[in-house]
Amino acid sequence: MALLSDLINLNLSDTTEKIIAEYIWIGGSGMDLRSKARTLSGPVSDPHKLPKWNYDGSSTGQAPGEDSEVILYPQAIFKDPFRRGNNILVMCDAYTPAGEPIPTNKRHNAAKIFSHPDVLAEETWYGIEQEYTLLQNTVKWPIGWPLGGYPGPQGPYYCGIGADKAFGRDIVDSHYKACLYAGINISGINGEVMPGQWEFQVGPSVGISAGDELWVARYILERITEIAGVVVSFDPKPIQGDWNGAGAHTNYSTKSMRNDGGYEIIKKAIEKLGLRHKEHIAAYGEGNERRLTGRHETADINTFLWGVANRGASIRVGRDTEKAGKGYFEDRRPASNMDPYVVTSMIAETTILWKP
Amino acid sequence: MALLSDLINLNLSETTEKVIAEYIWVGGSGMDLRSKARTLSGPVSDPAKLPKWNYDGSSTGQAPGEDSEVILYPQAIFKDPFRRGNNILVMCDTYTPAGEPIPTNKRYNAAKIFSHPDVAAEVPWYGIEQEYTLLQKEVKWPIGWPVGGFPGPQGPYYCGIGADKAWGRDIVDAHYKACLYAGINISGINGEVMPGQWEYQVGPSVGISAGDELWVSRYILERITEIAGVVLSFDPKPIQGDWNGAGAHTNYSTKSMRNDGGFEVIKKAIEKLGLRHKEHIAAYGEGNERRLTGRHETADINTFLWGVANRGASIRVGRDTEKAGKGYFEDRRPASNMDPYVVTSMIAETTILWKP
Repeated sequence: MALLSDLINLNLSDTTEKIIAEYIWIGGSGMDLRSKARTLSGPVSDPHKLPKWNYDGSSTGQAPGEDSEVILYPQAIFKDPFRRGNNILVMCDAYTPAGEPIPTNKRHNAAKIFSHPDVLAEETWYGIEQEYTLLQNTVKWPIGWPLGGYPGPQGPYYCGIGADKAFGRDIVDSHYKACLYAGINISGINGEVMPGQWEFQVGPSVGISAGDELWVARYILERITEIAGVVVSFDPKPIQGDWNGAGAHTNYSTKSMRNDGGYEIIKKAIEKLGLRHKEHIAAYGEGNERRLTGRHETADINTFLWGVANRGASIRVGRDTEKAGKGYFEDRRPASNMDPYVVTSMIAETTILWKP
Repeated sequence: MALLSDLINLNLSETTEKVIAEYIWVGGSGMDLRSKARTLSGPVSDPAKLPKWNYDGSSTGQAPGEDSEVILYPQAIFKDPFRRGNNILVMCDTYTPAGEPIPTNKRYNAAKIFSHPDVAAEVPWYGIEQEYTLLQKEVKWPIGWPVGGFPGPQGPYYCGIGADKAWGRDIVDAHYKACLYAGINISGINGEVMPGQWEYQVGPSVGISAGDELWVSRYILERITEIAGVVLSFDPKPIQGDWNGAGAHTNYSTKSMRNDGGFEVIKKAIEKLGLRHKEHIAAYGEGNERRLTGRHETADINTFLWGVANRGASIRVGRDTEKAGKGYFEDRRPASNMDPYVVTSMIAETTILWKP
């Protein structure tokens, strides 16, 4: 109704210095995002100037009831596209009152890897291609798909347009603008091969900020689907059968790879990744075995294969990179439900710090 | 319709000095809020300069038909988020024509307690965490819940996001901004453990203003649910079974508690509260026995228990306070339908004035 949106859209800057900060964290499953808001006395742009906070960890599977406080440490600030004005979103990670990261806090370890001098010196860049599926609210079936049935086979939907081919574009487009508004480095969007499935890309981001930006992009996406009345799924294989899965291909480069002679560095890095294939796969998302079958533009989960322009490979190197003799490569193995803190830091660790 | 909202949103400041004042009072049940509006000749910012008014107490269960006038004394002014401009909300309390507080007027006694020199010297601060449930209009069942059924069990909803986890956020967010606009000290909001249940916090407020601010925030909330077409419930246990109740946890501190050595003062205060447990419980809201069961993050109604970070206690002291040796504590016993004038003044009375 007109009047409710008048209230939601009140520009408080006209009446008060106070701002609203939405603190965001990852809950006990490692994929459930949670948030709550607090009032601050004035605008803040430096996360270290934000107060620590706490939440009821016993309600998120992260602490027992008789000792339930989990502490939130603010790590990154973004503009709030929902409340606008000077209001902010704050990405946090979670600690015990004694100052130890709780087990589901994957950011802490990633930050350690990214602050290692050898890793810092290499200025690790990430571009993450987040795929996701939009499901109907009352029944877990993709939007636009007929209930009790299927749409026509894959073919027309990838980057398609039209009411019979593209389902949910309003969500995708509002997400694109909302992320740009928030200050997230969203580099593009496209409709995916399976109808009702979409992709956005975040990057290039340096080090730990890749994880921060992707998590907040996911938060904004789920807040938007909440408004739209649909459900977002990061399941890596939402529909069995001749339907694509959903991944989070992670593009990666270091300073050495981007400089002349980089192609050799890339090949060495890929070799190292091949030697740790099992370890990486174990950390690349639950349920990935349903997706990495060797079909539908994936490599089989037990196979490590790389190639130029090969979408059926574990790792793909673009023709541009091959031609220029330097650039980046794409790890196609991570599932859509991967934790970007884990994946980005593990790629850096294996390629820069690990000795075979 | 476009034309109706044009009229509702007219900015009268352009055409007249006149101001609309909405006088608010608490009705005969002790929980029903009532209000009516009058025109004033110009803006007013001091409640003592507002005219007293009266209403038909026989229509609110507060006076007999043959002697029905109840007098309204303006006590606090807030900006009106619905009419905006220079229009105001006025929180009032109620008196007989002879000047006696009527029986349902709980503010009067609270104001006496708060103006006692020993209490005033301690500058009592309150932070009230108001929980509430949103119900569908036609059937008394929470919004988002399937009619004739239940949502999935508690777990994903606390601070959750997404169309399958967070129901009613537009009401909550409109309320947050409307209260900030009004000048109410709203300090935060969060989604609660039971789906369709939310919480906001008002504070820190000093003395009698805690009650004024909470009542006006409840008024604004119910006006917003009216716009949204849902029903607001302050019932402390709206749904039987494995579903959380709704409380109004009251955080409290005095000057002595906030200063060095405060932790000892806190412990003495908690002891005194323990000695008057039955008296407090009797004043902490109707139906609280359905909520304080010892499960669902409550302590049993007949048990007085306190602890650090213990959400299953009657009174919880935060880890911050324990560590700093000073701070505040949280009385978790009050139900969502408590009267803040009663609860805030009783806590002050027991901890500051009462001798065991």
